[in-house]
Amino acid sequence: MKQWEVVIGIETHVQLSTRAKIFSGSSTAFGAAPNLQANAVDIALPGVLPVLNKGAVECAIRFGLAIGGEVAAKSVFARKNYFYPDLPKGYQISQYELPVVCGGSLSIQVGETEKTIALTRAHLEEDAGKSLHEGLGPAAQGRSGIDLNRAGTPLLEIVTEPDMRSAAEAVAYARALHALVRWIGICDGNMQEGSFRCDANVSVRAAGESRLGTRREIKNLNSFRFLQQAIDYEVRWQIATIEDGGSIEQATVLFDPASGETRAMRSKEDAHDYRYFPDPDLLPLVIDRQWVEQVRAELPELPAARRQRLINEHGLSAYDARIVTTSLDLANYYEATVAAAGRENAKTCANWVMVDLAARLNREDREIGQSPISATQLGGLIARIADGTISTSMARKVFDELCSGGDAASADEIIARQGLQQITDSDALTALIDELLAANPGMVAEFRSGKEKAFNALVGQVMKATRGQANPQRVGELLRQKLG
Amino acid sequence: MAPVRGCGGKNFYDTLYGSLVYHLSDFVTMSLTLEQVHRIAHLARIEVDEVEARRTLGQLNGIFGLIETMQAVDTQGVEPMAHAQDLAQRLRPDCVTEDDQVAWRAAFQAIAPEAEAGLYLVPRVIE
Repeated sequence: MKQWEVVIGIETHVQLSTRAKIFSGSSTAFGAAPNLQANAVDIALPGVLPVLNKGAVECAIRFGLAIGGEVAAKSVFARKNYFYPDLPKGYQISQYELPVVCGGSLSIQVGETEKTIALTRAHLEEDAGKSLHEGLGPAAQGRSGIDLNRAGTPLLEIVTEPDMRSAAEAVAYARALHALVRWIGICDGNMQEGSFRCDANVSVRAAGESRLGTRREIKNLNSFRFLQQAIDYEVRWQIATIEDGGSIEQATVLFDPASGETRAMRSKEDAHDYRYFPDPDLLPLVIDRQWVEQVRAELPELPAARRQRLINEHGLSAYDARIVTTSLDLANYYEATVAAAGRENAKTCANWVMVDLAARLNREDREIGQSPISATQLGGLIARIADGTISTSMARKVFDELCSGGDAASADEIIARQGLQQITDSDALTALIDELLAANPGMVAEFRSGKEKAFNALVGQVMKATRGQANPQRVGELLRQKLG
Repeated sequence: MAPVRGCGGKNFYDTLYGSLVYHLSDFVTMSLTLEQVHRIAHLARIEVDEVEARRTLGQLNGIFGLIETMQAVDTQGVEPMAHAQDLAQRLRPDCVTEDDQVAWRAAFQAIAPEAEAGLYLVPRVIE
């Protein structure tokens, strides 16, 4: 059977977290009653003029710096002309020939492999309003309702080169981009509210072929799962179509989450003839170096730099460093935990954050920002494991207790109150071990005849007798002395 | 969507002439056909009858004539302009400046052809 290669490029609409809209002073807050955040500019009354929001430009600069792209000294706004009721001007103000950011790249990880995805460009534009077709009153029979609250919300459209070769890579890219825009504080990342929407351009070609196949564009994917499912379906459909002797026609398709299928939108005649031209209402956007440098100075340490620092200074593996830098909040939490537990316990901290805490957050459907245990509490707990005060299994109980929000402020308090300290006192343990050996001559004989299993069983007996409070390592040492 | 006179954006003629002039290089012959005029009118959602289309064709080709004359000027090494004024965009601070949106919405919707429950109503559009 023929081998196929999948080629994917992604365009993402990132809603910028400014207070006001990109060209007007209306609020961008989500969830207001219809048209209460739509002023004369947003609804395009005659005679109004757009004035560009400095905050939106600053978001674009932050992004350009974060991906190592070029922030254009001069960029131009253009009109993208099309007719739809939720676009009241009859054109969308966007950027075309001279976008605000050119180039740059983003590194992704799929399994063990790291890959760099090249970015083509990022440009500023305004969002359209929303059309509602259902839930309208009886007076609205045969009508669509238009809510222009979203019209004019600032977007950064980020476009990649066709560098991805699988749905897994596409999802890894989308996740990395999602993490980055939140990390640098330009987008709230709320996918349910449409703050981060992906379009995937998908084509297939015979393995080894250098020309690109004809692509179809899957529009408006607002979850990573849908992105994965839509691409998987689209790829299977394209390959099946070609193998059946058909050919792919360029089209825009929608993904239907209910059926898991993509389907072509009714082809709109001339839909892609947008007749872009520079918007005469807006002068060129000029960004001087001084502004760029000022924004650079205010950027947080970027994920890649932070990962490298954690590898160098904390001795984390590349994998661990990547996981704890999934978001800025998580990275800050991890570092605060290390600050409380001590740098020498960094690896243990990473494990607790990535495994025990992550499982707990996942189960309770919480973000790290709403963690039921503070980084200081977790760090304090890990310090007590490290200095041998409590065993790891005991620590899990203390962890659960801290998470359950009782009145205990720290691990130390719980350990002291419940007497959970490990028994490391040799005299007490020796006495206990003597009793056990006397009571279990069978096991002793088995061990002496060379069965290591019997030894572990004896350790288990001691642990059981101390309700888990004995230090297992110390028990092992003492037992060997006795039996040896 | 059928072309309807008076429906659509605030700047049809901007769109029509702006995009035409901007995309001059697309029209290699520097002269339009009647069919192209109809197509552009359709894209701009402007209804033109045959008489108007012929008149518009004449006017547009007149504009092409002017541009052809201008193209005699040597522009080698001259940076293309995105705007007639050699100025930079002034920026607005990121502040919400609108208040009393309930009153504004009522005023805007008083002149809308149809509105209900805060929504503007338009002929049903659905894919």
